[in-house]
Amino acid sequence: MAPRVKSRGEVRLFWRSFSRNQLAMCGGLVVALLVVVAVLAPVLAPWDPNGVDTKRILASPSKSHWLGTDPLGRDVLSRVLYGSRISLAVGFVSVGIAAIIGTILGAAAGYHGGIVDNFIMRLVDLMLVFPRFFLLLAVLAFLKPSIWTIMAVIGLTGWMGVARLVRAEFLTLREREFVIWSESIGAGALRVIFRHILPNAMAPVLVAMTLGIPAAILTEAGLSFLGLGVQPPYATWGNILNDGRDYMEIAWWMTLYPGLAILFTVLSYNLLGEGIRDALDPRLRRAGVGRVLRLGR
Amino acid sequence: MVLFALRRLIISVPLLIGITFVSYLVITLAPGGPLDFLTPEDPNASPEVKERLIKEFGLDQPIYVQYGKWLSRAVRLDFGRSFLPDGKPVLTKIGERLPITLLLNVIEMLIIVGLAVPIGVMSATRQYSLYDKVTTVFVFIGFATPDFWLAQLLMILFGLQLGWLPISGLRSLNFEYLSFWTQQWDFLSHLVLPIVVATFGGLAGFSRYMRQSMLEVTRQDYIQTARAKGLSERVVIGKHALRNALLPVVTILGLSLPGLIGGSIIVETIFAIPGMGQLMVQSVFSRDYPVVMGNLVIVATLTLFANLVADVAYGLVDPRIRLGGRRGRR
Repeated sequence: MAPRVKSRGEVRLFWRSFSRNQLAMCGGLVVALLVVVAVLAPVLAPWDPNGVDTKRILASPSKSHWLGTDPLGRDVLSRVLYGSRISLAVGFVSVGIAAIIGTILGAAAGYHGGIVDNFIMRLVDLMLVFPRFFLLLAVLAFLKPSIWTIMAVIGLTGWMGVARLVRAEFLTLREREFVIWSESIGAGALRVIFRHILPNAMAPVLVAMTLGIPAAILTEAGLSFLGLGVQPPYATWGNILNDGRDYMEIAWWMTLYPGLAILFTVLSYNLLGEGIRDALDPRLRRAGVGRVLRLGR
Repeated sequence: MVLFALRRLIISVPLLIGITFVSYLVITLAPGGPLDFLTPEDPNASPEVKERLIKEFGLDQPIYVQYGKWLSRAVRLDFGRSFLPDGKPVLTKIGERLPITLLLNVIEMLIIVGLAVPIGVMSATRQYSLYDKVTTVFVFIGFATPDFWLAQLLMILFGLQLGWLPISGLRSLNFEYLSFWTQQWDFLSHLVLPIVVATFGGLAGFSRYMRQSMLEVTRQDYIQTARAKGLSERVVIGKHALRNALLPVVTILGLSLPGLIGGSIIVETIFAIPGMGQLMVQSVFSRDYPVVMGNLVIVATLTLFANLVADVAYGLVDPRIRLGGRRGRR
């Protein structure tokens, strides 16, 4: 019999261990808050994020504009709030793409072994040889930048860590008794993969995804900062920083606040991810899950 | 040992071909072909340029012929000429930029290793102490700080407010009128901020890794043996433990290289340093395709080469790897 993946006991066990980790709980709380902020941005934002006000250009933080205004007189607070939507969307979608590609390729490599495994793993090696930002820029040179291209491109260049993790899980799981038994009673490859192995291999993927989201957010912010990411008039954290570049000396608020938003977001996701990892399985800490994704810029 | 190095070298050959293939694939991504991008409002889109583009990439031929032709020139390091008015060969352009990027990355690497090793060792030997906790906080903040933001903050603080350090380029405007030693000082002072920014994130990751590696090693039996023999703690940690803890770091060094080189895109752009990263951004904006592709191939090849060196170095310091054969590396 395949062991049940999420029996109630295991969930409770996970929660007990997770809730004891105060830093991870804080991270989780901030992440939840960020989701709420992103959803409620139209309600929370005091001004229209794209509302140009020529009478209030580069106004410093005040009661009416808490975080000041930008060179077009747009309210920085509202733009930062709206920016959280882009960050969130890019983070989730691109990591989703990366996880799907990585899981399929990793599962194929780990299950079939032999030539398939060799080919896929060489492909992983090949992708890892490219400094990610150079590859991203090269691809973006040929594509029209939009939020969808950015998501796709970040996802397509970020699946290698997941593929390696899934493959490693498959290599050990496929030798386990419950897999061999189910094969011996005639279960097909797809059934074995999806019903028996994959559910048991998802823990590291979940952790890698939680830690992959902040990495994707940083990447998107970097691209937007260079002017190659999500294009205006969309407000993104990277864009606001880019707009503030020429006014650094007089309008520090355009640099400080969006950067703090990125910092706290990424920090919270990282704390949450590491907490989930430690609660799910302390062994993963030593396996270096997350580091695989974290190293690449 | 020679055999081990040779084997690693042979494994790299298909990767090298793969690099050129992926780089070539990138150009086919453009919907409607790369020509579609040279729209009428683009100043580079004169008919002659289009003609040259078609000829350069053999766009009137089937794709495998195109790739073959491009590859046969690429192995001779001929990536064509830049589309910009200066029309320089791509290799010349890259050659002008490469040394400064290499210099920066080597310095960064040395600083990262030089600082991260002692920080990690001290954290591990004093696990859960105040020092360990402070460095852990630093590590998490280091992971989360966007480098372009940090660069801006430092520019505002040290460049604009305090006026201590220059924030752009590699030389002051009056460079030629300075004496020899002030010239050196001028150059170095221009490097300070870029290097601080570039090492910040890597330092966090590396010291964390070093701490982990050290914690694992100190749990081993031979450390217990060394202590039982009555060796001083200094010798146990500094000699027996450290040497073994450093081994996996060599691999991580190789693996983190693409990240470090990728970081030069942001750092060089912000600090206006004329390196490969800045060249890449400029050519992407001016749609200078030959330079973009040449850049990509060269950077990836350099990374591959550096990984190879790291691999061989690992084999040199750890006989288990080169004798263990296939099991050695993931």
